[in-house]
Amino acid sequence: MTNVDLKQFAKEIRVNILECIGSLGVGHIGGCLSIADLLAVLYGKHLNYDPKNPKMEGRDRLVCSKGHAGPAIYAVLAEVGFFSKEVLKTLNQGGTTLPSHCDMNKTPGVDMTAGSLGQGFSCAVGCAIGSRLKKDGATIYAIIGDGESQEGQIWEAAMYAGHSKLDNLIAFTDYNKMQLDNYVANICDLNPLDKKWEAFGWKVWTVDGNDVDALDTAITEAKAHKGQPKMIIMNTVKGKGVSYCEAALVGSHSMSVSPEAKIQGIKEVRGE
Amino acid sequence: MQITEKTLMKEVLVDHLRNVLANDPQVVLLDADLAKCAGTNVLYGEFPDRCLDVGIAEANMASMAAGLSSYGFKPYISSFAPFATRRMADQIMISICYAQQNVKIIGTDPGIAAELNGGTHMALEDIGMLRSIPNILIYEPTDAMELYKALPQIHAYPYPCYVRTHRKSPALLTKESDEVNILKARVMKEGSDVTIVASGIMVETAMQAAAQLKEEGISVEVVCCPTIKPIDVETIVASAKKTGAVVTAENHNVMGALRSAVCETLSENYPVPVESVGVKEKFGEVGKVPYLRKAMNMDVEDVVGAVKAVIARK
Repeated sequence: MTNVDLKQFAKEIRVNILECIGSLGVGHIGGCLSIADLLAVLYGKHLNYDPKNPKMEGRDRLVCSKGHAGPAIYAVLAEVGFFSKEVLKTLNQGGTTLPSHCDMNKTPGVDMTAGSLGQGFSCAVGCAIGSRLKKDGATIYAIIGDGESQEGQIWEAAMYAGHSKLDNLIAFTDYNKMQLDNYVANICDLNPLDKKWEAFGWKVWTVDGNDVDALDTAITEAKAHKGQPKMIIMNTVKGKGVSYCEAALVGSHSMSVSPEAKIQGIKEVRGE
Repeated sequence: MQITEKTLMKEVLVDHLRNVLANDPQVVLLDADLAKCAGTNVLYGEFPDRCLDVGIAEANMASMAAGLSSYGFKPYISSFAPFATRRMADQIMISICYAQQNVKIIGTDPGIAAELNGGTHMALEDIGMLRSIPNILIYEPTDAMELYKALPQIHAYPYPCYVRTHRKSPALLTKESDEVNILKARVMKEGSDVTIVASGIMVETAMQAAAQLKEEGISVEVVCCPTIKPIDVETIVASAKKTGAVVTAENHNVMGALRSAVCETLSENYPVPVESVGVKEKFGEVGKVPYLRKAMNMDVEDVVGAVKAVIARK
């Protein structure tokens, strides 16, 4: 895509998230809305992909290790044409190609299955090594949840990626500060998160993860930085852009979205 | 490769890996700080880009292998049997099997073969844990010759495989002329009174029991069943129809592995009395194999006793 209005693109992704989860009536909406701006920047500007050829050789890959944000991934994939927006309304229906958690064997454009937290990130490290071996010039992107960062496997993978100086790997932490049970800081605090990643050999940026320009700048810098894997810690708002999701706080991790709420949310996002 | 009675199974594994690494640029090998034990460390100098020792992080190794597979590579991952299974069980389930990534899992020194590493390293439940995962093939080689013939078939198999192998050299029972098909059990000795279905190191034990029982006038058929999943229904049912009684013998807890697969097969196709030899409600412990066979009731006399018990139930 060229010359995309990233703010407008992020709005359309949020609308699609609401259509997707709203059609079912319940879902992991908070952690989907928090990464909408990132997905706009990646798919609008940075990622090398082809909706007509989802398995294109040498494509960049995105692993959504926080697999429950599947609907956010589907929202952007539909927006850029991997499949029809009508398909968004089949989320979690029997036989759907859009399961709650990302499945590479069901959804065109999904590069890795995820859902058991921590594993997707290791898979992304495997992809980055694969890309290095093939010398295909791809960049591997991974999105990690903040709660997910409590998984030991995240740090196993982080240590090996740092050791291997995988500079074709760019990871993001969706640091919305909330997980299913409570605030992250009340369950098992991650701070200082930037120092942790630096200690594992990563180059770290900390940005406003709901600011497309800040994300664009950080990703551009990260792509140019060589010799280390890169972590962009995104300070985000869980449920960003939809007032009742933001107000639900921790409750937005998985919540009901009535048909009326869906319509109201879409109006809010569009500024109507 | 020339296979003799002295050939170590780890030498067979390394020979296979060297062949596939040399012939296919998509093959990669991952170890988790046990490459020296598996013998695979000798490959690191020959294929420095495609042999990765990821450190003591088995879960990461399994999921990384899945990522490499998704990128078009053919990964082998290797560790001791307990770490290659229970330590990364969910990664095998989700990253590898559910995601349909064709990773080959090598677990060495299963069950009492862990010997001096003791109970913590003694995988007696590994097959039971993996057997209910769809599509995975579970293969426990009988000896070096069989492993030599089986590994190319494992390599070509279109689904993930767990190879529950030894590093040393269990008795060489397979002849160079024997046909090995990983999807088939093999009748090692024909008989008419009772069938022993055995796997791994218990095949030799079953053969010894059969020889002893012959002197008492009992005719034993020994079926070697190296692939526990998918189980060879045809061969097991045919033997049960012939003898009318079955004993299972395995280097594993009697729950979940060979005994379970055989009982499921027989109950659905041709029910006959079954007795079992294997570990019963015990954890592993340190010791050499002769001691452990006695401690875990996996010796020749245990098989003989089970045969007599099952014949009495006919």
